[in-house]
Amino acid sequence: MTAVLVTLRAILRRPSGAAGLAIILVHLLVALLSPVIIPHDPALQDSSAILQAPSAAHVFGTDRLGRDVLSRTLLGGREAMVISTAATIFAMLWGGLLGIFVALVGGSTDAIVMRVVDAVVSVPWILLVMLFVTALGVGALALIPVLGFSYGLSVVYLARSAALDFVTRDFVLAAQARGERRWTIASRELLPNVRDSLAVQGAMQWSWIFLAVSSLSFLGMGVAPPIPDWGQMISDGRGVMRAAPWTVIWPMVFLSSLIIGINLAVDAWAKVIGIDRIQRAPGP
Amino acid sequence: MLALILRRAGSSLLTLVLVSMLVFVGLEAMPGDACTAHLGRDGKGAVLEACRERMGLNRPAAERFIEWGGRLLQGDLGTSMQRDKPIAEIVGWRLRNTIVLSAVAVLVGIPLAIFLGVIAGLRRDGSLDHLISSLSIIAMTIPEFISATILILIFAVSLGWTSGVVTIGYKAPVMELVSASILPAATLTLILAAHIMRMVRSSVIDVLDSDYVLMARLKGVPRRQIVWRHVVPNSLLPAISVIGLTIAWLLGGVVIVESVFNYPGLGRLAVDAVGDRDLPLVQAIALLFGLTYVVTNLLSDLVALFLNPRLRTFRA
Repeated sequence: MTAVLVTLRAILRRPSGAAGLAIILVHLLVALLSPVIIPHDPALQDSSAILQAPSAAHVFGTDRLGRDVLSRTLLGGREAMVISTAATIFAMLWGGLLGIFVALVGGSTDAIVMRVVDAVVSVPWILLVMLFVTALGVGALALIPVLGFSYGLSVVYLARSAALDFVTRDFVLAAQARGERRWTIASRELLPNVRDSLAVQGAMQWSWIFLAVSSLSFLGMGVAPPIPDWGQMISDGRGVMRAAPWTVIWPMVFLSSLIIGINLAVDAWAKVIGIDRIQRAPGP
Repeated sequence: MLALILRRAGSSLLTLVLVSMLVFVGLEAMPGDACTAHLGRDGKGAVLEACRERMGLNRPAAERFIEWGGRLLQGDLGTSMQRDKPIAEIVGWRLRNTIVLSAVAVLVGIPLAIFLGVIAGLRRDGSLDHLISSLSIIAMTIPEFISATILILIFAVSLGWTSGVVTIGYKAPVMELVSASILPAATLTLILAAHIMRMVRSSVIDVLDSDYVLMARLKGVPRRQIVWRHVVPNSLLPAISVIGLTIAWLLGGVVIVESVFNYPGLGRLAVDAVGDRDLPLVQAIALLFGLTYVVTNLLSDLVALFLNPRLRTFRA
Protein backbone atom coordinates (compact mmCIF):
# COMPACT_ATOMS: atom_id res chain seq x y z
CA MET A 1 0.00 0.00 0.00
CA THR A 2 2.79 2.42 0.85
CA ALA A 3 4.36 1.78 -2.57
CA VAL A 4 1.13 2.94 -4.19
CA LEU A 5 1.12 6.09 -2.05
CA VAL A 6 4.75 6.86 -2.91
CA THR A 7 4.01 6.54 -6.63
CA LEU A 8 0.87 8.64 -6.26
CA ARG A 9 2.80 11.37 -4.49
CA ALA A 10 5.48 11.35 -7.19
CA ILE A 11 2.81 11.66 -9.89
CA LEU A 12 1.20 14.57 -8.02
CA ARG A 13 4.53 16.34 -7.85
CA ARG A 14 4.55 16.69 -11.62
CA PRO A 15 2.27 19.51 -12.83
CA SER A 16 0.88 17.44 -15.72
CA GLY A 17 0.30 14.45 -13.44
CA ALA A 18 -1.48 16.57 -10.83
CA ALA A 19 -3.66 18.16 -13.52
CA GLY A 20 -4.48 14.75 -15.00
CA LEU A 21 -5.39 13.23 -11.64
CA ALA A 22 -7.53 16.27 -10.77
CA ILE A 23 -9.48 15.90 -14.03
CA ILE A 24 -9.97 12.17 -13.43
CA LEU A 25 -11.12 12.85 -9.86
CA VAL A 26 -13.71 15.37 -11.05
CA HIS A 27 -14.99 12.87 -13.61
CA LEU A 28 -15.19 10.12 -10.99
CA LEU A 29 -17.12 12.39 -8.62
CA VAL A 30 -19.50 13.41 -11.41
CA ALA A 31 -20.05 9.79 -12.40
CA LEU A 32 -20.74 8.73 -8.80
CA LEU A 33 -22.90 11.68 -7.78
CA SER A 34 -24.76 12.38 -11.04
CA PRO A 35 -27.88 10.30 -10.25
CA VAL A 36 -28.36 12.50 -7.17
CA ILE A 37 -27.40 15.91 -8.53
CA ILE A 38 -29.02 15.98 -11.97
CA PRO A 39 -31.70 18.71 -12.18
CA HIS A 40 -34.01 16.92 -14.66
CA ASP A 41 -35.03 13.44 -15.72
CA PRO A 42 -32.55 12.67 -18.54
CA ALA A 43 -35.15 10.80 -20.60
CA LEU A 44 -37.99 13.29 -20.11
CA GLN A 45 -39.03 14.72 -23.49
CA ASP A 46 -40.46 18.19 -23.04
CA SER A 47 -42.14 19.20 -26.31
CA SER A 48 -42.58 22.77 -25.06
CA ALA A 49 -38.80 23.19 -24.65
CA ILE A 50 -37.18 21.85 -27.82
CA LEU A 51 -33.67 23.04 -28.76
CA GLN A 52 -33.64 25.76 -26.12
CA ALA A 53 -30.47 27.78 -25.67
CA PRO A 54 -28.75 27.52 -22.28
CA SER A 55 -30.80 29.27 -19.60
CA ALA A 56 -31.33 29.16 -15.86
CA ALA A 57 -33.82 26.29 -16.18
CA HIS A 58 -31.60 24.31 -18.58
CA VAL A 59 -27.99 25.32 -17.92
CA PHE A 60 -26.64 23.44 -20.99
CA GLY A 61 -29.81 23.96 -23.05
CA THR A 62 -32.09 21.23 -24.40
CA ASP A 63 -31.80 18.82 -27.33
CA ARG A 64 -34.06 18.11 -30.31
CA LEU A 65 -36.51 16.15 -28.14
CA GLY A 66 -36.54 18.75 -25.38
CA ARG A 67 -34.37 16.71 -23.03
CA ASP A 68 -32.07 18.49 -20.57
CA VAL A 69 -28.50 18.43 -21.94
CA LEU A 70 -26.88 19.05 -18.53
CA SER A 71 -28.51 16.02 -16.93
CA ARG A 72 -27.70 13.83 -19.90
CA THR A 73 -24.09 15.03 -20.04
CA LEU A 74 -23.52 14.41 -16.34
CA LEU A 75 -24.86 10.86 -16.68
CA GLY A 76 -23.34 10.22 -20.11
CA GLY A 77 -20.05 8.66 -19.05
CA ARG A 78 -21.29 6.10 -16.54
CA GLU A 79 -22.31 3.19 -18.73
CA ALA A 80 -19.22 3.50 -20.94
CA MET A 81 -16.99 3.65 -17.85
CA VAL A 82 -18.46 0.44 -16.46
CA ILE A 83 -18.14 -1.35 -19.82
CA SER A 84 -14.55 -0.11 -20.27
CA THR A 85 -13.53 -1.18 -16.79
CA ALA A 86 -14.89 -4.69 -17.22
CA ALA A 87 -13.43 -5.01 -20.73
CA THR A 88 -10.02 -3.71 -19.57
CA ILE A 89 -9.86 -6.26 -16.75
CA PHE A 90 -10.71 -9.01 -19.23
CA ALA A 91 -8.15 -7.75 -21.79
CA MET A 92 -5.35 -7.43 -19.23
CA LEU A 93 -6.06 -10.85 -17.74
CA TRP A 94 -6.09 -12.92 -20.89
CA GLY A 95 -3.57 -10.82 -22.80
CA GLY A 96 -1.17 -10.56 -19.89
CA LEU A 97 -1.34 -14.25 -18.97
CA LEU A 98 -0.96 -15.44 -22.55
CA GLY A 99 1.90 -12.99 -23.21
CA ILE A 100 3.85 -14.04 -20.10
CA PHE A 101 3.15 -17.70 -20.80
CA VAL A 102 4.41 -17.71 -24.41
CA ALA A 103 7.47 -15.67 -23.38
CA LEU A 104 8.30 -18.31 -20.78
CA VAL A 105 7.60 -21.35 -22.93
CA GLY A 106 9.11 -20.02 -26.16
CA GLY A 107 9.78 -22.28 -29.11
CA SER A 108 7.07 -23.35 -31.51
CA THR A 109 4.19 -22.62 -29.09
CA ASP A 110 5.36 -19.01 -28.98
CA ALA A 111 5.73 -18.86 -32.77
CA ILE A 112 2.29 -20.31 -33.48
CA VAL A 113 0.47 -18.18 -30.92
CA MET A 114 2.11 -14.98 -32.13
CA ARG A 115 1.36 -15.87 -35.74
CA VAL A 116 -2.33 -16.17 -34.92
CA VAL A 117 -2.27 -12.93 -32.92
CA ASP A 118 -0.60 -11.19 -35.90
CA ALA A 119 -3.39 -12.42 -38.15
CA VAL A 120 -6.22 -11.28 -35.87
CA VAL A 121 -4.58 -7.88 -35.43
CA SER A 122 -4.59 -7.32 -39.19
CA VAL A 123 -8.36 -6.91 -39.16
CA PRO A 124 -8.95 -3.38 -37.77
CA TRP A 125 -10.51 -3.54 -34.29
CA ILE A 126 -13.65 -1.76 -35.34
CA LEU A 127 -14.44 -4.33 -38.03
CA LEU A 128 -13.65 -7.16 -35.64
CA VAL A 129 -16.10 -5.63 -33.18
CA MET A 130 -18.66 -5.05 -35.91
CA LEU A 131 -18.41 -8.68 -36.99
CA PHE A 132 -19.20 -9.83 -33.46
CA VAL A 133 -21.88 -7.20 -32.93
CA THR A 134 -23.66 -8.33 -36.11
CA ALA A 135 -23.62 -11.91 -34.94
CA LEU A 136 -24.28 -11.38 -31.22
CA GLY A 137 -26.38 -8.23 -31.20
CA VAL A 138 -25.82 -4.87 -29.52
CA GLY A 139 -25.53 -4.33 -25.77
CA ALA A 140 -23.11 -4.00 -22.90
CA LEU A 141 -22.98 -7.75 -22.36
CA ALA A 142 -21.81 -8.31 -25.94
CA LEU A 143 -19.38 -5.37 -25.90
CA ILE A 144 -17.42 -6.45 -22.83
CA PRO A 145 -16.11 -9.79 -24.19
CA VAL A 146 -15.73 -8.42 -27.72
CA LEU A 147 -13.71 -5.33 -26.72
CA GLY A 148 -11.84 -7.27 -24.05
CA PHE A 149 -10.82 -9.78 -26.69
CA SER A 150 -9.77 -7.31 -29.39
CA TYR A 151 -7.89 -4.99 -27.06
CA GLY A 152 -6.25 -7.91 -25.28
CA LEU A 153 -4.36 -8.66 -28.49
CA SER A 154 -2.02 -5.71 -28.06
CA VAL A 155 -1.59 -6.68 -24.39
CA VAL A 156 -0.24 -10.05 -25.57
CA TYR A 157 2.56 -8.27 -27.45
CA LEU A 158 3.33 -6.01 -24.52
CA ALA A 159 3.29 -8.66 -21.82
CA ARG A 160 5.37 -10.96 -24.00
CA SER A 161 8.06 -8.39 -24.75
CA ALA A 162 8.10 -7.20 -21.14
CA ALA A 163 8.47 -10.78 -19.91
CA LEU A 164 11.09 -11.63 -22.55
CA ASP A 165 13.37 -9.05 -20.93
CA PHE A 166 13.45 -11.26 -17.85
CA VAL A 167 13.21 -14.90 -18.97
CA THR A 168 16.95 -15.18 -19.57
CA ARG A 169 17.90 -13.46 -16.31
CA ASP A 170 19.70 -15.47 -13.68
CA PHE A 171 16.85 -15.52 -11.18
CA VAL A 172 14.52 -17.13 -13.70
CA LEU A 173 17.17 -19.64 -14.75
CA ALA A 174 17.78 -20.37 -11.07
CA ALA A 175 14.10 -20.99 -10.52
CA GLN A 176 14.04 -23.32 -13.51
CA ALA A 177 17.11 -25.12 -12.18
CA ARG A 178 15.40 -25.52 -8.80
CA GLY A 179 12.69 -27.34 -10.70
CA GLU A 180 9.93 -24.82 -10.01
CA ARG A 181 6.78 -25.29 -11.99
CA ARG A 182 6.04 -22.92 -14.88
CA TRP A 183 3.06 -21.43 -13.10
CA THR A 184 5.20 -20.64 -10.05
CA ILE A 185 7.90 -19.05 -12.22
CA ALA A 186 5.35 -16.98 -14.09
CA SER A 187 3.56 -15.76 -10.96
CA ARG A 188 6.50 -15.43 -8.54
CA GLU A 189 9.40 -14.40 -10.76
CA LEU A 190 7.99 -12.77 -13.90
CA LEU A 191 4.75 -11.14 -12.80
CA PRO A 192 6.27 -8.87 -10.12
CA ASN A 193 8.77 -7.60 -12.68
CA VAL A 194 6.31 -6.82 -15.45
CA ARG A 195 3.51 -5.69 -13.13
CA ASP A 196 4.28 -1.98 -13.23
CA SER A 197 4.56 -1.65 -16.99
CA LEU A 198 1.41 -3.73 -17.44
CA ALA A 199 -0.45 -1.52 -14.96
CA VAL A 200 0.53 1.62 -16.85
CA GLN A 201 -0.47 -0.01 -20.08
CA GLY A 202 -3.76 -1.10 -18.51
CA ALA A 203 -4.61 2.50 -17.70
CA MET A 204 -3.87 3.51 -21.30
CA GLN A 205 -5.89 0.53 -22.50
CA TRP A 206 -8.84 1.72 -20.42
CA SER A 207 -8.88 5.06 -22.23
CA TRP A 208 -8.76 3.39 -25.65
CA ILE A 209 -11.56 1.02 -24.77
CA PHE A 210 -13.54 3.97 -23.48
CA LEU A 211 -13.01 5.71 -26.82
CA ALA A 212 -14.02 2.54 -28.62
CA VAL A 213 -17.26 2.32 -26.62
CA SER A 214 -17.99 5.98 -27.36
CA SER A 215 -17.23 5.54 -31.05
CA LEU A 216 -19.50 2.50 -31.19
CA SER A 217 -22.25 4.40 -29.36
CA PHE A 218 -21.80 7.15 -31.91
CA LEU A 219 -22.33 4.59 -34.68
CA GLY A 220 -25.39 3.21 -32.89
CA MET A 221 -23.73 -0.06 -31.85
CA GLY A 222 -22.75 0.79 -28.28
CA VAL A 223 -24.73 2.14 -25.34
CA ALA A 224 -28.36 2.06 -26.44
CA PRO A 225 -31.07 4.59 -25.55
CA PRO A 226 -32.70 5.41 -23.14
CA ILE A 227 -29.37 5.32 -21.25
CA PRO A 228 -27.63 8.61 -22.17
CA ASP A 229 -24.08 8.38 -23.51
CA TRP A 230 -21.67 11.00 -24.83
CA GLY A 231 -21.02 9.32 -28.17
CA GLN A 232 -24.72 8.73 -28.68
CA MET A 233 -25.51 12.36 -27.73
CA ILE A 234 -22.97 13.71 -30.25
CA SER A 235 -24.43 11.51 -32.96
CA ASP A 236 -27.92 12.62 -31.99
CA GLY A 237 -27.06 16.33 -31.97
CA ARG A 238 -25.14 16.36 -35.23
CA GLY A 239 -28.20 17.05 -37.35
CA VAL A 240 -29.14 20.12 -35.35
CA MET A 241 -25.72 21.46 -34.43
CA ARG A 242 -26.03 24.45 -36.74
CA ALA A 243 -29.01 25.71 -34.73
CA ALA A 244 -28.08 24.20 -31.37
CA PRO A 245 -24.31 23.65 -31.05
CA TRP A 246 -24.66 23.08 -27.28
CA THR A 247 -26.15 19.66 -27.94
CA VAL A 248 -22.77 18.42 -29.24
CA ILE A 249 -20.29 20.73 -27.53
CA TRP A 250 -20.90 19.64 -23.92
CA PRO A 251 -20.58 15.89 -24.46
CA MET A 252 -17.46 16.59 -26.56
CA VAL A 253 -15.93 18.69 -23.76
CA PHE A 254 -16.64 15.99 -21.16
CA LEU A 255 -15.37 13.10 -23.27
CA SER A 256 -12.22 14.92 -24.45
CA SER A 257 -11.34 16.18 -20.99
CA LEU A 258 -11.59 12.68 -19.52
CA ILE A 259 -9.32 11.23 -22.22
CA ILE A 260 -6.80 14.08 -21.93
CA GLY A 261 -6.82 13.76 -18.14
CA ILE A 262 -6.03 10.05 -18.35
CA ASN A 263 -3.28 10.68 -20.88
CA LEU A 264 -1.64 13.34 -18.70
CA ALA A 265 -1.81 11.16 -15.60
CA VAL A 266 -0.56 8.01 -17.35
CA ASP A 267 2.30 9.95 -18.95
CA ALA A 268 3.40 11.22 -15.57
CA TRP A 269 3.00 7.75 -14.06
CA ALA A 270 5.16 6.19 -16.77
CA LYS A 271 7.89 8.77 -16.18
CA VAL A 272 7.74 8.23 -12.41
CA ILE A 273 8.30 4.48 -12.64
CA GLY A 274 10.82 4.92 -15.45
CA ILE A 275 9.04 3.48 -18.45
CA ASP A 276 10.09 5.70 -21.31
CA ARG A 277 8.10 4.05 -24.03
CA ILE A 278 4.41 3.64 -23.55
CA GLN A 279 2.19 2.78 -26.42
CA ARG A 280 0.44 5.92 -27.51
CA ALA A 281 -2.26 4.59 -29.74
CA PRO A 282 -4.15 1.34 -30.14
CA GLY A 283 -2.46 -1.24 -32.31
CA PRO A 284 0.39 -3.72 -32.24
CA MET B 1 17.51 -10.42 -51.79
CA LEU B 2 14.96 -12.25 -53.90
CA ALA B 3 14.72 -15.05 -51.35
CA LEU B 4 14.12 -12.49 -48.64
CA ILE B 5 11.33 -10.83 -50.62
CA LEU B 6 9.75 -14.18 -51.35
CA ARG B 7 9.90 -15.21 -47.71
CA ARG B 8 8.34 -11.92 -46.63
CA ALA B 9 5.59 -12.28 -49.24
CA GLY B 10 5.04 -15.88 -48.18
CA SER B 11 4.51 -14.87 -44.57
CA SER B 12 2.00 -12.23 -45.69
CA LEU B 13 0.15 -14.91 -47.61
CA LEU B 14 0.08 -17.12 -44.52
CA THR B 15 -1.32 -14.22 -42.49
CA LEU B 16 -4.04 -13.77 -45.10
CA VAL B 17 -5.02 -17.44 -44.98
CA LEU B 18 -5.14 -17.23 -41.18
CA VAL B 19 -7.27 -14.07 -41.33
CA SER B 20 -9.79 -15.67 -43.64
CA MET B 21 -9.94 -18.77 -41.43
CA LEU B 22 -10.45 -16.65 -38.34
CA VAL B 23 -13.18 -14.59 -39.94
CA PHE B 24 -14.93 -17.80 -40.89
CA VAL B 25 -14.22 -20.01 -37.88
CA GLY B 26 -14.68 -17.22 -35.32
CA LEU B 27 -18.21 -16.64 -36.50
CA GLU B 28 -18.87 -20.35 -36.80
CA ALA B 29 -18.05 -20.76 -33.11
CA MET B 30 -20.62 -18.19 -32.03
CA PRO B 31 -24.26 -18.83 -31.28
CA GLY B 32 -26.37 -18.07 -34.31
CA ASP B 33 -25.46 -17.76 -37.97
CA ALA B 34 -26.07 -15.40 -40.89
CA CYS B 35 -29.73 -16.41 -41.01
CA THR B 36 -30.58 -15.95 -37.32
CA ALA B 37 -28.72 -12.62 -37.40
CA HIS B 38 -30.57 -11.47 -40.47
CA LEU B 39 -34.04 -12.66 -39.56
CA GLY B 40 -33.85 -11.62 -35.91
CA ARG B 41 -36.97 -12.59 -33.96
CA ASP B 42 -38.66 -13.92 -37.11
CA GLY B 43 -35.93 -16.56 -37.39
CA LYS B 44 -37.96 -19.57 -36.31
CA GLY B 45 -39.13 -22.81 -37.84
CA ALA B 46 -39.78 -22.95 -41.57
CA VAL B 47 -38.60 -19.41 -42.39
CA LEU B 48 -35.24 -20.08 -40.75
CA GLU B 49 -34.92 -23.45 -42.47
CA ALA B 50 -35.72 -21.91 -45.87
CA CYS B 51 -33.10 -19.20 -45.34
CA ARG B 52 -30.48 -21.76 -44.29
CA GLU B 53 -31.34 -23.84 -47.31
CA ARG B 54 -30.97 -20.82 -49.60
CA MET B 55 -27.64 -19.76 -48.08
CA GLY B 56 -26.40 -23.35 -47.95
CA LEU B 57 -25.92 -23.12 -44.19
CA ASN B 58 -27.28 -26.60 -43.48
CA ARG B 59 -24.16 -28.27 -44.84
CA PRO B 60 -21.10 -29.14 -42.73
CA ALA B 61 -18.87 -26.18 -41.78
CA ALA B 62 -15.67 -27.65 -43.23
CA GLU B 63 -17.32 -28.16 -46.61
CA ARG B 64 -18.63 -24.60 -46.59
CA PHE B 65 -15.25 -23.16 -45.62
CA ILE B 66 -13.49 -24.91 -48.51
CA GLU B 67 -16.16 -23.74 -50.92
CA TRP B 68 -16.10 -20.19 -49.50
CA GLY B 69 -12.28 -20.07 -49.72
CA GLY B 70 -12.32 -21.45 -53.24
CA ARG B 71 -14.77 -18.81 -54.39
CA LEU B 72 -12.76 -16.10 -52.61
CA LEU B 73 -9.75 -17.08 -54.71
CA GLN B 74 -11.83 -16.55 -57.82
CA GLY B 75 -12.82 -13.09 -56.57
CA ASP B 76 -16.34 -14.16 -55.60
CA LEU B 77 -17.06 -12.65 -52.19
CA GLY B 78 -20.47 -14.29 -51.76
CA THR B 79 -23.99 -12.90 -51.74
CA SER B 80 -25.32 -10.12 -49.57
CA MET B 81 -28.31 -11.10 -47.40
CA GLN B 82 -30.09 -7.79 -47.45
CA ARG B 83 -29.41 -6.65 -50.97
CA ASP B 84 -29.57 -10.07 -52.59
CA LYS B 85 -26.76 -9.11 -54.97
CA PRO B 86 -23.22 -10.42 -55.37
CA ILE B 87 -21.04 -8.71 -52.77
CA ALA B 88 -18.28 -7.98 -55.29
CA GLU B 89 -20.72 -5.79 -57.20
CA ILE B 90 -21.75 -3.80 -54.10
CA VAL B 91 -18.19 -3.46 -52.82
CA GLY B 92 -16.38 -2.48 -56.05
CA TRP B 93 -17.25 1.22 -56.39
CA ARG B 94 -17.11 1.83 -52.67
CA LEU B 95 -13.68 0.31 -52.47
CA ARG B 96 -12.57 2.83 -55.11
CA ASN B 97 -14.12 5.69 -53.10
CA THR B 98 -12.36 4.60 -49.92
CA ILE B 99 -9.07 4.38 -51.81
CA VAL B 100 -9.57 7.94 -53.12
CA LEU B 101 -10.28 9.22 -49.60
CA SER B 102 -7.28 7.46 -48.04
CA ALA B 103 -5.03 8.53 -50.91
CA VAL B 104 -5.89 12.19 -50.36
CA ALA B 105 -5.27 11.81 -46.61
CA VAL B 106 -1.98 9.99 -47.13
CA LEU B 107 -0.65 12.28 -49.88
CA VAL B 108 -1.28 15.36 -47.73
CA GLY B 109 -0.50 13.77 -44.38
CA ILE B 110 2.88 12.16 -45.00
CA PRO B 111 4.72 15.21 -46.39
CA LEU B 112 3.13 17.36 -43.68
CA ALA B 113 4.20 14.88 -40.99
CA ILE B 114 7.76 14.69 -42.29
CA PHE B 115 8.00 18.48 -42.49
CA LEU B 116 6.67 19.02 -38.95
CA GLY B 117 8.68 16.11 -37.55
CA VAL B 118 11.96 17.40 -38.97
CA ILE B 119 11.27 20.91 -37.67
CA ALA B 120 10.30 19.66 -34.22
CA GLY B 121 13.33 17.36 -34.08
CA LEU B 122 15.75 20.08 -35.13
CA ARG B 123 14.35 22.50 -32.54
CA ARG B 124 14.16 19.88 -29.85
CA ASP B 125 12.73 21.29 -26.60
CA GLY B 126 12.24 24.70 -28.22
CA SER B 127 8.87 26.37 -28.02
CA LEU B 128 7.99 25.35 -31.61
CA ASP B 129 8.76 21.71 -30.74
CA HIS B 130 6.59 21.91 -27.62
CA LEU B 131 3.75 23.39 -29.65
CA ILE B 132 3.94 20.77 -32.43
CA SER B 133 4.37 17.91 -29.96
CA SER B 134 1.46 18.88 -27.74
CA LEU B 135 -0.82 19.48 -30.73
CA SER B 136 0.11 16.03 -32.04
CA ILE B 137 -0.78 14.41 -28.71
CA ILE B 138 -4.17 16.12 -28.77
CA ALA B 139 -4.73 15.03 -32.38
CA MET B 140 -3.89 11.45 -31.44
CA THR B 141 -5.99 11.20 -28.29
CA ILE B 142 -9.19 12.84 -29.49
CA PRO B 143 -11.34 10.21 -31.25
CA GLU B 144 -12.11 10.64 -34.94
CA PHE B 145 -15.79 11.34 -34.51
CA ILE B 146 -15.03 14.26 -32.23
CA SER B 147 -12.31 15.82 -34.38
CA ALA B 148 -14.61 15.37 -37.38
CA THR B 149 -17.44 17.13 -35.55
CA ILE B 150 -15.10 19.94 -34.50
CA LEU B 151 -13.94 20.39 -38.11
CA ILE B 152 -17.56 20.51 -39.29
CA LEU B 153 -18.41 23.05 -36.59
CA ILE B 154 -15.51 25.27 -37.65
CA PHE B 155 -15.39 24.96 -41.43
CA ALA B 156 -18.96 24.15 -42.36
CA VAL B 157 -21.12 25.67 -39.63
CA SER B 158 -19.30 28.86 -38.64
CA LEU B 159 -17.19 29.66 -41.70
CA GLY B 160 -19.49 28.10 -44.28
CA TRP B 161 -16.57 27.22 -46.58
CA THR B 162 -17.72 23.73 -47.38
CA SER B 163 -20.62 21.43 -46.74
CA GLY B 164 -20.56 19.28 -43.62
CA VAL B 165 -21.86 16.14 -45.30
CA VAL B 166 -20.99 14.48 -48.57
CA THR B 167 -24.02 14.31 -50.81
CA ILE B 168 -22.59 12.69 -53.94
CA GLY B 169 -23.52 9.17 -54.97
CA TYR B 170 -21.16 6.24 -54.90
CA LYS B 171 -20.64 6.28 -58.67
CA ALA B 172 -19.46 9.90 -58.78
CA PRO B 173 -16.37 10.71 -60.88
CA VAL B 174 -13.03 10.77 -59.08
CA MET B 175 -12.57 14.55 -59.28
CA GLU B 176 -15.88 15.14 -57.52
CA LEU B 177 -14.90 12.62 -54.88
CA VAL B 178 -11.62 14.43 -54.27
CA SER B 179 -13.34 17.76 -53.71
CA ALA B 180 -15.99 16.10 -51.54
CA SER B 181 -13.35 14.41 -49.41
CA ILE B 182 -11.63 17.57 -48.14
CA LEU B 183 -13.04 17.53 -44.60
CA PRO B 184 -13.09 13.72 -44.18
CA ALA B 185 -9.51 13.54 -45.45
CA ALA B 186 -8.50 16.39 -43.14
CA THR B 187 -9.83 14.40 -40.17
CA LEU B 188 -7.81 11.36 -41.17
CA THR B 189 -4.75 13.48 -41.98
CA LEU B 190 -4.75 14.97 -38.48
CA ILE B 191 -4.36 11.58 -36.83
CA LEU B 192 -2.10 10.08 -39.47
CA ALA B 193 0.24 13.07 -39.46
CA ALA B 194 0.39 13.12 -35.67
CA HIS B 195 1.56 9.50 -35.50
CA ILE B 196 4.14 9.74 -38.26
CA MET B 197 5.37 13.13 -37.08
CA ARG B 198 6.25 11.75 -33.66
CA MET B 199 8.24 8.94 -35.22
CA VAL B 200 10.10 11.30 -37.55
CA ARG B 201 10.83 13.66 -34.67
CA SER B 202 12.36 10.97 -32.49
CA SER B 203 14.45 9.55 -35.31
CA VAL B 204 15.70 13.04 -36.23
CA ILE B 205 16.80 13.41 -32.62
CA ASP B 206 18.57 10.03 -32.75
CA VAL B 207 20.36 10.93 -35.98
CA LEU B 208 21.42 14.34 -34.63
CA ASP B 209 23.11 12.54 -31.72
CA SER B 210 24.94 10.12 -34.01
CA ASP B 211 28.67 10.02 -34.57
CA TYR B 212 28.48 10.78 -38.27
CA VAL B 213 26.59 14.01 -37.67
CA LEU B 214 29.09 14.96 -34.97
CA MET B 215 31.89 14.19 -37.45
CA ALA B 216 30.28 16.34 -40.14
CA ARG B 217 29.85 19.15 -37.66
CA LEU B 218 33.49 18.92 -36.58
CA LYS B 219 34.57 19.00 -40.21
CA GLY B 220 32.77 22.31 -40.49
CA VAL B 221 30.02 21.15 -42.85
CA PRO B 222 27.37 23.90 -43.01
CA ARG B 223 24.27 23.20 -40.93
CA ARG B 224 21.94 23.33 -43.92
CA GLN B 225 23.97 20.63 -45.63
CA ILE B 226 24.06 18.46 -42.49
CA VAL B 227 20.29 18.65 -42.28
CA TRP B 228 19.61 17.82 -45.91
CA ARG B 229 22.42 15.34 -46.57
CA HIS B 230 22.59 13.46 -43.28
CA VAL B 231 19.66 14.04 -41.02
CA VAL B 232 16.62 14.00 -43.28
CA PRO B 233 17.42 10.91 -45.40
CA ASN B 234 18.53 8.85 -42.41
CA SER B 235 15.61 9.75 -40.22
CA LEU B 236 13.08 8.80 -42.86
CA LEU B 237 14.16 5.16 -42.87
CA PRO B 238 12.71 4.13 -39.50
CA ALA B 239 9.65 6.23 -40.28
CA ILE B 240 8.74 4.13 -43.30
CA SER B 241 7.81 1.03 -41.33
CA VAL B 242 5.64 3.18 -39.08
CA ILE B 243 3.99 4.67 -42.13
CA GLY B 244 2.88 1.19 -43.18
CA LEU B 245 1.47 0.41 -39.73
CA THR B 246 -0.21 3.79 -39.43
CA ILE B 247 -1.91 3.56 -42.80
CA ALA B 248 -3.20 0.16 -41.83
CA TRP B 249 -4.39 1.54 -38.52
CA LEU B 250 -6.01 4.42 -40.40
CA LEU B 251 -8.38 1.90 -41.96
CA GLY B 252 -10.22 1.61 -38.64
CA GLY B 253 -10.61 5.38 -38.56
CA VAL B 254 -11.99 5.31 -42.10
CA VAL B 255 -15.07 3.44 -40.87
CA ILE B 256 -15.96 6.19 -38.42
CA VAL B 257 -14.97 9.15 -40.61
CA GLU B 258 -17.01 7.86 -43.55
CA SER B 259 -20.08 7.47 -41.36
CA VAL B 260 -19.68 10.95 -39.89
CA PHE B 261 -19.47 12.60 -43.29
CA ASN B 262 -21.82 10.22 -45.05
CA TYR B 263 -18.99 9.45 -47.49
CA PRO B 264 -19.99 6.60 -49.85
CA GLY B 265 -17.12 4.22 -49.07
CA LEU B 266 -16.49 0.77 -47.66
CA GLY B 267 -16.51 1.93 -44.05
CA ARG B 268 -20.00 3.37 -44.24
CA LEU B 269 -21.11 0.29 -46.12
CA ALA B 270 -19.83 -1.79 -43.21
CA VAL B 271 -21.82 0.28 -40.71
CA ASP B 272 -24.94 -0.03 -42.88
CA ALA B 273 -24.37 -3.77 -43.19
CA VAL B 274 -24.23 -4.11 -39.40
CA GLY B 275 -27.51 -2.19 -39.22
CA ASP B 276 -29.05 -4.60 -41.72
CA ARG B 277 -27.47 -7.54 -39.86
CA ASP B 278 -25.96 -8.64 -43.14
CA LEU B 279 -23.25 -11.01 -41.89
CA PRO B 280 -21.77 -12.11 -45.26
CA LEU B 281 -21.26 -8.48 -46.27
CA VAL B 282 -19.57 -7.53 -42.97
CA GLN B 283 -17.42 -10.65 -43.31
CA ALA B 284 -16.32 -9.67 -46.83
CA ILE B 285 -15.48 -6.10 -45.79
CA ALA B 286 -13.47 -7.30 -42.79
CA LEU B 287 -11.51 -9.54 -45.16
CA LEU B 288 -10.86 -6.68 -47.58
CA PHE B 289 -9.55 -4.49 -44.77
CA GLY B 290 -7.35 -7.32 -43.55
CA LEU B 291 -6.02 -7.73 -47.08
CA THR B 292 -5.26 -4.00 -47.28
CA TYR B 293 -3.44 -4.16 -43.95
CA VAL B 294 -1.29 -7.08 -45.01
CA VAL B 295 -0.48 -5.61 -48.43
CA THR B 296 0.36 -2.16 -47.01
CA ASN B 297 2.70 -3.69 -44.47
CA LEU B 298 4.35 -5.86 -47.08
CA LEU B 299 4.89 -2.84 -49.34
CA SER B 300 6.35 -0.69 -46.59
CA ASP B 301 8.69 -3.52 -45.57
CA LEU B 302 9.82 -3.94 -49.17
CA VAL B 303 10.40 -0.19 -49.55
CA ALA B 304 12.46 -0.19 -46.36
CA LEU B 305 14.38 -3.20 -47.67
CA PHE B 306 15.02 -1.41 -50.94
CA LEU B 307 16.21 1.80 -49.31
CA ASN B 308 18.26 0.28 -46.53
CA PRO B 309 20.82 -2.33 -47.59
CA ARG B 310 21.61 -3.17 -43.97
CA LEU B 311 18.23 -4.86 -43.56
CA ARG B 312 18.97 -7.29 -46.38
CA THR B 313 21.30 -9.44 -44.34
CA PHE B 314 18.68 -9.78 -41.63
CA ARG B 315 17.24 -13.26 -41.25
CA ALA B 316 13.66 -12.79 -40.25
